[in-house]
Amino acid sequence: MTSTALRSRAWKLLEMVTTPLLPSDYLDLVSPLRAGADLRGRIEAVHPETGDAATIVIRPGRGWRGHTAGQYVRIGVDVDGVRLWRAYSLTSPTNRQDGRVTITVKAIPDGKVSNHLVRRAKPGTLIHLDHPTGDFVLPKTKPAKVLYLTAGSGITPVMGMLRDTEFDDVVMVHCAPQPHDVIFRKELHDLVADKKLQLTEVHTDTDGILDIARLDELVPDWAERETWACGPAGLLDAAEKHWSEHGVPERLHIERFRPSIVVTGDGGEVTFSTTGKTVDADGATPLLDVGEGAGVLMPSGCRMGICFGCVTPLKAGAVRDLRTGEITEAEPGVLIQTCVSAAAGPCDIER
Amino acid sequence: MTAIDPTAHLTAEQIEELGRELDAIRDEVIADRGEKDAAYIRKVISAQRTLELVSRGVLLFSIFPPAWVLGTAGLSVAKIMDNMEIGHNILHGQWDWMRDPKIHSTTWEWDHVSPADQWKHSHNELHHTYTNVIGKDNDLGYGIMRVDEDQKWHPFHLGQPLWNFLNACFFEYGIAAYDLELGKNLNKRRRKNPEFRARAKAVGRKIRKQVLKDYVIHPLLSGPSFLPTLAATFTANLVRNVWSHSVIMCGHFPEGVQVFERRSIKGETRGQWYLRQMMGSANISGSKAMHFMTGNLSHQIEHHLFPDLPSNRYAEVAVKVRALFEKYELDYVTGPLPKQVFSAWHRVVRLSLPNKPSKPNEKPTVPALEREPELVAV
Repeated sequence: MTSTALRSRAWKLLEMVTTPLLPSDYLDLVSPLRAGADLRGRIEAVHPETGDAATIVIRPGRGWRGHTAGQYVRIGVDVDGVRLWRAYSLTSPTNRQDGRVTITVKAIPDGKVSNHLVRRAKPGTLIHLDHPTGDFVLPKTKPAKVLYLTAGSGITPVMGMLRDTEFDDVVMVHCAPQPHDVIFRKELHDLVADKKLQLTEVHTDTDGILDIARLDELVPDWAERETWACGPAGLLDAAEKHWSEHGVPERLHIERFRPSIVVTGDGGEVTFSTTGKTVDADGATPLLDVGEGAGVLMPSGCRMGICFGCVTPLKAGAVRDLRTGEITEAEPGVLIQTCVSAAAGPCDIER
Repeated sequence: MTAIDPTAHLTAEQIEELGRELDAIRDEVIADRGEKDAAYIRKVISAQRTLELVSRGVLLFSIFPPAWVLGTAGLSVAKIMDNMEIGHNILHGQWDWMRDPKIHSTTWEWDHVSPADQWKHSHNELHHTYTNVIGKDNDLGYGIMRVDEDQKWHPFHLGQPLWNFLNACFFEYGIAAYDLELGKNLNKRRRKNPEFRARAKAVGRKIRKQVLKDYVIHPLLSGPSFLPTLAATFTANLVRNVWSHSVIMCGHFPEGVQVFERRSIKGETRGQWYLRQMMGSANISGSKAMHFMTGNLSHQIEHHLFPDLPSNRYAEVAVKVRALFEKYELDYVTGPLPKQVFSAWHRVVRLSLPNKPSKPNEKPTVPALEREPELVAV
């Protein structure tokens, strides 16, 4: 018998021993970061960067495959007991000796996860991880000249690049409201002192929002540079237009952070993505009835919110709990009770 | 049987007001639900797993009597925790709000021969929606017993103290049979129904896995302790079965609990639904440990009012609920475990005989319904 066959038999036997649980349920008690476990990480330190940003040092589990500079990772954090998933750029270099990785998080107003990570996260906490992803990365062959154009927390993926790969000629234009809002300011200035970086800080509280036409003055040879830009939509839209108008759109690489904003309202267009049906729903009809009305086979039970027989993934949009008025927005892993939920804006139900 | 409707003094407006007050209690808990509650269920789950692991480990040496006793006791408690505080409550969706796919009503499987999804249908959907409605709620005597005067007597019921005893010993199989509605489905025509066959197959698979684990694999792993380990697991299952049967009997069978006729729930309002849950359930009083070991089903009344609130909150909710019972002059049925178990058994024994002829001025509020006895368990 081959060793794989042996191992799978041994695993089968273990499963019989632990039934109805899985062996991993017991192994997780002892070693949640072991190879073969669901991918998790442990927060080992939280370093403040600015008044509202902090770097989180994470030791990923043994299954971590590593990342490419500029990529982001989705992390699942329990905030007030509820697991929430968010994506953050990795700010650590890819060759960090101790195997840790870092993300740098800026607390956004009313941001549940960002505020939790910046202000309340404690070393020792386990978080859930996905493998790193994203194509906002550096090319294999080094470009001669590089421009990094960033604003606010848009600096985070670029910092991952700066720390990972040295170029002969790098210029950075970074926007932040005030000097003390510039994340990684000291490190950036050290790079400047070592002549590894030319930096222009735009302080929007005093200078106003960066007018993209000013690039000619700030970085005269910008059109010759391979450019990576990350920041708010306004800046990126302006950059895209600017680069296109000058006939060099292929030099511009951008990363858009903010996911599409969920529009909440009273009722909306409901899509049942598995069956491909779309119908208009008002804000008072349970989605179970909406689905059945559209001829979708919906799981159902008591129809009064007590039996949990109708729970179904909410893929996109928002719904309102008809009993409490509470709004639930789509996030990975969010399941809703269709019998007591109504559309609160356009939404997508997996059925 | 109740000669007088104990809710007759309430006006329709009062009943709706009661409903609003209960909704407010529920909303308060939901608004406050958070990190502490999540930490609680995680702690209970890891404690259960650790206890089970250690007990199974000790049982490897169960050829030595002290190891047998210790391992059997530990495994019994672990199995009770798995079924009651953890399994029952997770399968009610009490912890779905955490969005942890591992502690979720759609993914949880328990150490029990009834597959979780089948139990969820018969328990969450049928029993909790139609609590104590004769002919709709099979929990009323599990379809094999007569537990209210308004249920029709049949000579079959003479044996119900014995059925109940056997059901207690093999409760998990009783539940599996109950979830399959075996009594109804074993006739020739229904037996062939593909949907029933698929469900029966799933139960068969689950039983096979459970039996293989408890009565073959673990004893074999124990080597020379094969027989003691086998006996230990059997004992642990028996203890768990008798315990959960007793607790569950106390939920709806003790004296003072009301039953309802089928037509009384037509067009039931939210307030009326709440009132039915209040009058159809009974609590068990006792220590914190007692509440924990019953999976907080000792707070059966609160559980029936709010089946999806986290179980660790029932104790605090009970104070407010009890105050409402007093405010609306309703009878909050509760008592210590021995008293409630005795009361429930007394009812089972008493109703194994036909009703005593009633006095002329005493008329049942609920007319007797024609109903065939069903054998679903054992």
